[in-house]
Amino acid sequence: MKTVKVYGPGCKRCEATETMIKDAATKLGIEVDVTKVTDPREIAMAGVMSTPGVSVDGKLVHTGGLPDAAKLEGWLAS
Amino acid sequence: MTTGTHGADAREHTSDWLWYAGVAIAAGIWWLIYGQLIPFSEWATGLFPVDRHSHTGEAIAFFIYDVPKVLLLLTGIVFVTGVLRSWFSPEKTRAILAGKRQIWGYPLAALLGVLTPFCSCSSVPLFIGFVSAGIPLGVTFSFLIAGPMVGPVGLGLLYGLVGWQIATVYLVFGFTIATVAGVVLGRMGLERYLQDWVRELNAGPLGDLPEERLTMVDRLKTGAEQVREIVGKVWIWVLIGIGLGAAIHGYVPEEMMLRIMGGEAWWSVPAAVVVGVPMYTNAAGVIPIVEALLGKGAALGTTLAFMMSVIALSLPEMIILKQVLTLRLIAIFITVVATGILATGFLFNFLL
Repeated sequence: MKTVKVYGPGCKRCEATETMIKDAATKLGIEVDVTKVTDPREIAMAGVMSTPGVSVDGKLVHTGGLPDAAKLEGWLAS
Repeated sequence: MTTGTHGADAREHTSDWLWYAGVAIAAGIWWLIYGQLIPFSEWATGLFPVDRHSHTGEAIAFFIYDVPKVLLLLTGIVFVTGVLRSWFSPEKTRAILAGKRQIWGYPLAALLGVLTPFCSCSSVPLFIGFVSAGIPLGVTFSFLIAGPMVGPVGLGLLYGLVGWQIATVYLVFGFTIATVAGVVLGRMGLERYLQDWVRELNAGPLGDLPEERLTMVDRLKTGAEQVREIVGKVWIWVLIGIGLGAAIHGYVPEEMMLRIMGGEAWWSVPAAVVVGVPMYTNAAGVIPIVEALLGKGAALGTTLAFMMSVIALSLPEMIILKQVLTLRLIAIFITVVATGILATGFLFNFLL
């Protein structure tokens, strides 16, 4: 079970990122718990400045723009 | 290199090659169409059963000429900007600006505001990221003002629709306002008017992500992605803006324009700002209106003031920033920027 957080104020790209993560998890057969973090304070505390940001099991792996699908699978699988 | 990876490599190279060729061909087609816009629009206007020189004929010709022209310009500018901006990121900009307390931090911030890719939906985390890294508030404001104010879309369209002289004037004054407003706001010691939680916040260190290595093709893809996203989002504003521009071009009598937006009426500059601030559109929507206004004899200063206040001061942006700034600070911010815009407007109406 991976805990994934998507940091972003709720723009289109943040939602697209969330969908990508769920799709990738289904494809890999991994269970994920995806939470969207929209509070600006929490986003800042996580060290995210360009949104959407993504963290897997508490470790920040991506900031700014849509993540690359192949890399996303890598983060989820490792 | 093993044979296994060699096959994959060859495929990668083929697709790289396709990208380069595709971009070159697209640029060629772009150029060909762009050169044929006047004959095309005259021909298409001729299909309507109206006199070419009537009010309606003028309005239709304006609309038919401007729609493909603006969309072509927009696509080209967004693509080139998207590729260029892939060398910059908010994180790099923050590292450059951190600790720049000297005076040239302000123009540098304004310059980076133009070059750094960020969407208004990230302005809050970006603002916090800057302030918590010790970047002075005034420098942060210079960055945030310059981004929309001297954005490449506005400049490029101004260049294409109105001419290089006015585009240059706009660039110089927009940049100056962003820099000077930042200096003024910085001198005012406004930190106490940040929302409480922002002042108390010690943001975590930036996620130390290894910098992604982008190939040239990745950068081209970024540009294409930007085109899809931005043109897909703003085309409706473009059509509305050109529609308004066409109405002004066709129907508004010149003497009326001179009375309302001419250089003689001193109040026209503040009126343009008051009308411009609540108007929410983007540069691509407002420049066709500017084109029509100038064509009808509106004074340059008044028109510049209108355009700058529409683009640089927008209510939705203020509402987003309300999360980190108190109302009082937002009011001061608007006042300082609006003063710069007014000064620019008066200056040009006075000079010309």
